[in-house]
Amino acid sequence: MGMNSSPFPVISALDALTGALFLLTALGVLATRQVLASLQFFIAQSLLLTLSAALLGVALNSPHLFAVAAITIATKTILIPLVLRRTVSAEVYRTREIERVLNIPASLLIAALLVVLAYVIANPVLATVDAPFAQVNLPLGIAAMLLGVFTVAVRREAVPQLLGLLAVENGVFFAGVAIVPNLPVIAELAAAVDVPVVALVVGLLTRRIQLRVGTTAVGSLSSLRER
Amino acid sequence: MELAAIILLPAAASALCWSPFGRRFAAPTTLASAIIVLALALGVSMQAARLGHFDAAHGWLTCDGLGALIVVLVAMVGTTAAVFSWGYIRLRSRHAHADPSKEQNYYVLYNLFLMSLFAVPLLANVALMWVAVELTTLLSAFLVGFEDTPEALEAAWKYVVLTTLGAVLALLGFLILYWGSRVAGEPPFTWLGLVSAAPRMPPSLLWPAFLFILVGFGVKVGLVPMHTWLPDAHSQAPASICALLSGVETTTVLYVILRLFPVVGGAAALDARPWFIGFGLLSVAIATLLLVYVRDFKRMFAFSTVEHMGIILVAAGLGGAEAHLGAAYQMTGHAIAKSFCFLAAGALTAIFGTQEIPAVRGIVKYAPFSALAFVAGAFAIAGAPPFAIFISELMILKAGIDGGHYLVIGLLAFFLVIAFCSILFHVTRMTFGAPRPDTTIAVAPISCGIALVVAAIPLVAIGVYLPSIFQGLLRAAAAAMGG
Repeated sequence: MGMNSSPFPVISALDALTGALFLLTALGVLATRQVLASLQFFIAQSLLLTLSAALLGVALNSPHLFAVAAITIATKTILIPLVLRRTVSAEVYRTREIERVLNIPASLLIAALLVVLAYVIANPVLATVDAPFAQVNLPLGIAAMLLGVFTVAVRREAVPQLLGLLAVENGVFFAGVAIVPNLPVIAELAAAVDVPVVALVVGLLTRRIQLRVGTTAVGSLSSLRER
Repeated sequence: MELAAIILLPAAASALCWSPFGRRFAAPTTLASAIIVLALALGVSMQAARLGHFDAAHGWLTCDGLGALIVVLVAMVGTTAAVFSWGYIRLRSRHAHADPSKEQNYYVLYNLFLMSLFAVPLLANVALMWVAVELTTLLSAFLVGFEDTPEALEAAWKYVVLTTLGAVLALLGFLILYWGSRVAGEPPFTWLGLVSAAPRMPPSLLWPAFLFILVGFGVKVGLVPMHTWLPDAHSQAPASICALLSGVETTTVLYVILRLFPVVGGAAALDARPWFIGFGLLSVAIATLLLVYVRDFKRMFAFSTVEHMGIILVAAGLGGAEAHLGAAYQMTGHAIAKSFCFLAAGALTAIFGTQEIPAVRGIVKYAPFSALAFVAGAFAIAGAPPFAIFISELMILKAGIDGGHYLVIGLLAFFLVIAFCSILFHVTRMTFGAPRPDTTIAVAPISCGIALVVAAIPLVAIGVYLPSIFQGLLRAAAAAMGG
């Protein structure tokens, strides 16, 4: 049961490195001002998710995980940037987000607390149930997920909010590849269809909002509230 | 066969609406499909009422008492809202800066949205069910933003981003649940399989799975404090869509949370009841306070939805056959009454051109028929006799007292009374108040009136007389909740 006696020492080390980088990219999506840089951090994060799925696929000899890797590459690094480019005008990408709900140092401080929280959530699970790579992937996946939720909360521009949302999904799948390496293919396919559709719907909404309201700072929209 | 038809017919209707044929016949196509599906749903629910479940021919689809109840409710509201849409959407899509295919697009999405709502209770595989829940959001996003005003688009944005965020959190819960079921001997990943495997699942997995799903899908149900998007979306969408969102979409997702009750209940070490009661009471309390101060009558009905979701959750958390029967009856009463209220509210917005409570006075003088519908709907949703919610709330209160939950029932009864008074205070002022001199009125489309008459039949019927076959369905639904 012990985490130090992993049967795959090399792959475990590589996966831990991937996990650390994965978390860093989640911080990148959270903290960069430039919208385009946020998108690039998201693509990097998706590549690291792919890498982790492939590493675990080799170690566990699981064709399911190779399917996850292939689906992630296709949807998140190719399809989603494509969909966003088609739906959201190029000027959105040039936007620098001047105004945020919280400034960047305060955001990073809270982000650190969220990572600690992720370990607090994951530890009781890991103490009783053992899956080969869950020791790395579950807490880091939950951490990236919480950072994504926080990103949606603090960012005001439409595309960074969407990227936060997609980063949450990346976090969930980063945990998922370790805890359910044998998820039925049909579920993987369905989830794969879901993600680009989310991007499409949100992208089209962003375009409508830009057209009708004249801004993509969705966080500042506040005509609907109790008076 | 029937189950597959219930999901596929709306998809086919959507395709027809999308084709050139739909340019002229989208509304009648949608209505015809809704009526056929309603007939199928009634057939399925009758068998479910007699046997406790519907015999599906194959493993993909399934339907027990609780699933059949949800399917019937979606089919009923889907039909009345389709009647309402006919004239109302034509009126709303001929406004300025509307593109000519707006009406057609509405029906394409309307049918797909119905399809996704049917898929949630009918899909056997829990992972696919999650996808169906996610689709209900994605397919209805542009229905919420239909009016294309800045407010409607803001509401649609909050709706999509927050409920998708919740759904992804719930996804982690489902993945952990799947992990737990693998540890417990690999049962099929269906609700039945999970209930049977729950006693062997490690509580350390079942518990975080439960909490992630409760909080994640709680966003979509509108549980406080995750409810902030709900009054926006449920007030900005066209009335026919509000009827679906408030009447059955919330209930359909609440259904998923209720499904967890027997799963968590199977593990001796865990007790989900305090969480159900806690979230439920908090939702009832906050929604009641918001009901007192609300200034927009569609928002008023939206807050009432938050309140009712809370009541149903409390009833489920009380546990026992009586409370669960009350919960099933409350779900039915709420779906029918709330959709009726939103249709009546839609007729009023068409007549008065506003949703502001203070701007509408003396409805009875300008539009006596709509006034009657509005008052009847308000009485029904507030829980006055002879409507169903009066009976179901009494059942829940009585079950709680019998179970010795005096504090919970005391608080619940307190908030119910305040909510009752607030709704009726707003509605009577709007209906019988002295008309404002600056009031200008328009004529509501005839389909609004027809929809209200059709929707009034179940509204009155289920309160006055409950046929034994329907009682059987409610019992079967309560049994599926584990009580």
